[in-house]
Amino acid sequence: MQQPGRAAEIKAIGIGKSFGSFRALDKLTLDIGRGEFLTLLGPSGSGKTTFLMILAGFVQPTEGKLLSDGIDITDRPAEQRAAGMVFQGYALFPHMSVEQNVAFPLKVRKKSAADIKKRVGEMIERVGLVGHEKKLPSQLSGGQQQRVALARALVFEPGVLLLDEPFSALDKSLRGQMQAEMKRLHQETGTTFVFVTHDQSEALALSSRVAIFNHGKLLQVGAPDEVYDRPDNRFVAEFLGEINMLPLKGVQPDGNGSTGLCEDRAVSMHCKAEKVRGDAILAIRPEHMSIAREAAVGENGIAATATASTYLGAATKLDLTTRQGAKVTVSVPNEVAAAALSKGNSVWLTWPAEKGFLLPNGGQ
Amino acid sequence: MRGILSDRMGAALLMAPLLLFLVLAYAWPFLGVVKWSFTLPTPGLGQYGALLTDDLVQSVFIRTLRIAAIVTIVSVSAAYAITVVWVRGTPAQRLIAEFCILVPFWISVLTRAFGWVALLSNRGLINTWLQSIGFISEPLTLVRNEFGVIVGMSHFLIPFAVFPLASAMRSLDERVLLAARGLGSSRMRTFWTVFVPMTRSGIIGSAMITFVFSLGFFVTPAILGGGRSVMIAELIYLRIFQSPDWGLGAAISVVLVVFVGALMAILFRDVKPKELV
Repeated sequence: MQQPGRAAEIKAIGIGKSFGSFRALDKLTLDIGRGEFLTLLGPSGSGKTTFLMILAGFVQPTEGKLLSDGIDITDRPAEQRAAGMVFQGYALFPHMSVEQNVAFPLKVRKKSAADIKKRVGEMIERVGLVGHEKKLPSQLSGGQQQRVALARALVFEPGVLLLDEPFSALDKSLRGQMQAEMKRLHQETGTTFVFVTHDQSEALALSSRVAIFNHGKLLQVGAPDEVYDRPDNRFVAEFLGEINMLPLKGVQPDGNGSTGLCEDRAVSMHCKAEKVRGDAILAIRPEHMSIAREAAVGENGIAATATASTYLGAATKLDLTTRQGAKVTVSVPNEVAAAALSKGNSVWLTWPAEKGFLLPNGGQ
Repeated sequence: MRGILSDRMGAALLMAPLLLFLVLAYAWPFLGVVKWSFTLPTPGLGQYGALLTDDLVQSVFIRTLRIAAIVTIVSVSAAYAITVVWVRGTPAQRLIAEFCILVPFWISVLTRAFGWVALLSNRGLINTWLQSIGFISEPLTLVRNEFGVIVGMSHFLIPFAVFPLASAMRSLDERVLLAARGLGSSRMRTFWTVFVPMTRSGIIGSAMITFVFSLGFFVTPAILGGGRSVMIAELIYLRIFQSPDWGLGAAISVVLVVFVGALMAILFRDVKPKELV
């Protein structure tokens, strides 16, 4: 986090943090690559913000080591790490104008007046705040304050930018706009971004990798499609979006994939049955299942009855109950849903073998 | 309870006894004082004219303003330091600070003034100690002069200066301070460039309260000033009870009240009353 203009590479090795008897973070080991956009995702109290505060240097870990570009920075105070940071609620200096806010980190670094003026001007232009230089934060809208916070955190070219739920105070349309803006800033600066959120769609949309936290533990790290399509456990599967879970019996490896019995019908999966044998859970995302009149021999499918539908505009969400009583939700074209409901009797649910994945039975 | 309090009539009724007391005990008698200032000893503006030419009155006014200004600076600075500890210290530090702030309220102003005399007089604790360690040969004149008055008044006013500051420091967003440090600012720099400016309203409120209080001090300057450092309240007392020159005493009182009123008006243009508690 030292050399300006150069993205930092950070290694967290066995980082743990306890507040009294409360374990906020447990044995976290994670590599954050140079210039990547990593999102820390999890519910509140999952440890994601604690980890961000440890990265910033505001919280001292109870154990473990933190390396930045190979240098141990575990004991280095926040003001010497100088990671750019955008806080929830922005934390702008209320008594300083937009310009003074953005100039602050450069003044601290004793840059020349001419240099400060030039870089502040460039940064203000880059975040689209030209014409607001002399205003106080209280005179700006939420979105504009957000831009000031980003400009202030990026103006000194930090090796890493840390963002703590920066969009939580913005309304939905502004959120989308700021997300696009942040992606652009990430590409332009090439800096390493570490972003904390509890919003899974935000995490999937923005990041190059997502790290999912729960109860102080890092559960899985991977590219958005990787964690979404191949979650390691039930928590990750459920947290990232709606998912159907069907009980599976007699799971065993089969070639490059695996097979099992779902409601007495043989089904096959492309994923390997590494961690699970015998009884397991078959998980399939609603958009990966379709409705059919019948399932062909060798095709994955189970019989079910449609019970209710929710019109969503572009598609319809259809609730079904299988013969053995499992509840399933699928997302299907509107006319398919209408036809399935009007029949009032049995339809078939089918899915491609590569879209079903195995989770261990029970627990997480 | 909430229903009663939220009712306008109810609120007015609850405040009525205090308002009535203020009107009967302060406003009404003060109107009498205003009347004296224009009528004694002869009707007219003669007493106000005398104020402009009387050297003694003017020197006392100037001394009062000077002492009030110095006491304000001393009290607000000391109060700022103790409030930082009180609001942001460890639990143990907070307890000690709270003790230091509250205890003076339980000791009468008279007791405290004599306490300072005992400490500061020529044969008092401080002079005796300094002489015994050989630091000075002759006792320092620490009391019965302006220095003694400033010490005694500041000591009295520091606890009052604390509350507006504490209010400002409590409402400050902690994350702004973290942000400053995260951006590379040292603790010292963060304190001076972020923390202090963000408590500006508290500093203004604290200074105003201290200054206005200082202008009306009577007991402390009378005892610690020893008649050599007369302030305006003591001068009014002398004019009413000893000269007796009621008209001039009344005119000085009116000028003081108008001056304080003007200061309060300026204060409340900048700071909301709720920021002061």
